Amino acid sequence: MKRLWSWGAIIAGALYFLLPLIGTLEFSLRMRRGEYSLDAYRSVLADPAFRATFGYSVAMALLTILLGVLIVVPTAYWVRLRLPRLRPVIEFITLLPLVIPAIVVVFGYIRLYNTSSLLPLTGSATGTNLLLLCGYATLALPYMYRAVDTGLSTLDVRSLTEAAQSLGAGWVRIIGNLILPNVMGAVMSGAFLSFAIVIGEFTMAALLNRPAFGPYMQLLGANRAYEPAALAVIAFAATWGCMGLMQLISRLASVRRTAR
Amino acid sequence: MRTGWNWLGVLPFFVFAVLFLVLPTMNIVIGAFRNPQGEFTLANLAGLSAPRIVDSFAISIRISLASAALGCLVGFAMAAAVVMGGVPAWLKAPLMTFSGVASNFAGVPLAFAFIATLGRVGLVTMLLRQWFGINIYAMGFNLLSFWGLTLTYLFFQIPLMILIITPALEGLRREWREAAEVLGASTGQYWRMVALPILFPSLLGAFALLFANSFGAVATAYALTGSSLSIVPIMLFAQIRGDVLQDPHLGYAMAFGMIVVTGIANLAYVIMRSRAERWMR
Repeated sequence: MKRLWSWGAIIAGALYFLLPLIGTLEFSLRMRRGEYSLDAYRSVLADPAFRATFGYSVAMALLTILLGVLIVVPTAYWVRLRLPRLRPVIEFITLLPLVIPAIVVVFGYIRLYNTSSLLPLTGSATGTNLLLLCGYATLALPYMYRAVDTGLSTLDVRSLTEAAQSLGAGWVRIIGNLILPNVMGAVMSGAFLSFAIVIGEFTMAALLNRPAFGPYMQLLGANRAYEPAALAVIAFAATWGCMGLMQLISRLASVRRTAR
Repeated sequence: MRTGWNWLGVLPFFVFAVLFLVLPTMNIVIGAFRNPQGEFTLANLAGLSAPRIVDSFAISIRISLASAALGCLVGFAMAAAVVMGGVPAWLKAPLMTFSGVASNFAGVPLAFAFIATLGRVGLVTMLLRQWFGINIYAMGFNLLSFWGLTLTYLFFQIPLMILIITPALEGLRREWREAAEVLGASTGQYWRMVALPILFPSLLGAFALLFANSFGAVATAYALTGSSLSIVPIMLFAQIRGDVLQDPHLGYAMAFGMIVVTGIANLAYVIMRSRAERWMR
């Protein structure tokens, strides 16, 4: 009886999740009449706008990860080492992006950094790119911080720091050559999650008018029939790739730790 | 002296957070309470009572409630099946991995996937017609509607529920069940009088989080319906792009309304989680 219920739930759930995936794959192959073909993929990949926007979003994602690491790793380390009383405050701030919808944050950017403000970031393309980058780093902040803080919790930060200091290392060297390599697994899992979030992000890029992959997909969806399905398959594969790599790395990291 | 300079280490973080998170949000919140001349006013909030805005909040809240409730129910059933339902143990790892992926598979591609599946010429729509002669569109189904959007949102809501509730289900000790059975409880009684009361805060917290999750979602809805379904985020999107309300300050009030709703939902989550943790030791 219990088994019947369980199998029922699993099978119903599996159907719900698999059908859209199969449907999308099937639809993406239907472009040529009467037979399955890869025409939709060919059409997407041949589109210069696809390459341009995809490249833009990949670059943005990598920069977001870099900015995120630069902000989060030193902060999480410093708070654990010297300012443990500040931890709840920092944690609260890092959770805010989950509470405040992205659309509201970017609305604030447009108001605060418009051309007639003190810091007119939206006045130039470079400035707007910078603003979008900071917006993405904000979106990734909860995931990045949580991952790094969990990674740090497995280390004896104080002893490591004292050992490094007694050998004459400075702060930059301690964080760059000692702390960062030790939390690399955690950083990578935060990084892949950030990548998956940024690569298809729509709201911020659209409202800041940047040529990112998300708005491109939306535009294609409004104008074409089969190409969007091909894009969805590509996007899903990219998300899977990121998550798969993340799991692999965290598993490798835990294997190494138990081996030590 | 030493402690005096310690705060310098977290200064970059705070500068970043203030510039790109706190100030922009404060700016919107303050804008909601100001008139164009910069004076304090409650007129913008009063303006939220305009029928189209009330309608958009109502439909947004209804979609969020429906997708959160169904997401909780299905996610709970699936998580319970793998944790304690007697299905093979190897199913758990793939389910968790898949949930991690699917809970992040929101946005524009998700909308495309559902159009390709349940759209007018989607796979499921066609198969139902060819195999069973059921035309769901003739029966009144429309993907660009309340139920269509709810069904689409479930694709990231159910996995999120599985990720949240599995640890709670694993926290149910076997001793509790055995104790209940020794005292003569049936399975139904065990669930009703032991397991569910313990899980209740976790369930309620998960519900609140799922609610906030779908309330703030813009991209999926926009790519799916364009602007044909005026839920709050879509309306705000149109407002930011082209001032469709013809009153910028009403836009701030709307954004403020969104923060209030997601804020309440998240607060409920935090409170419920701290309650749930009492049993997790």
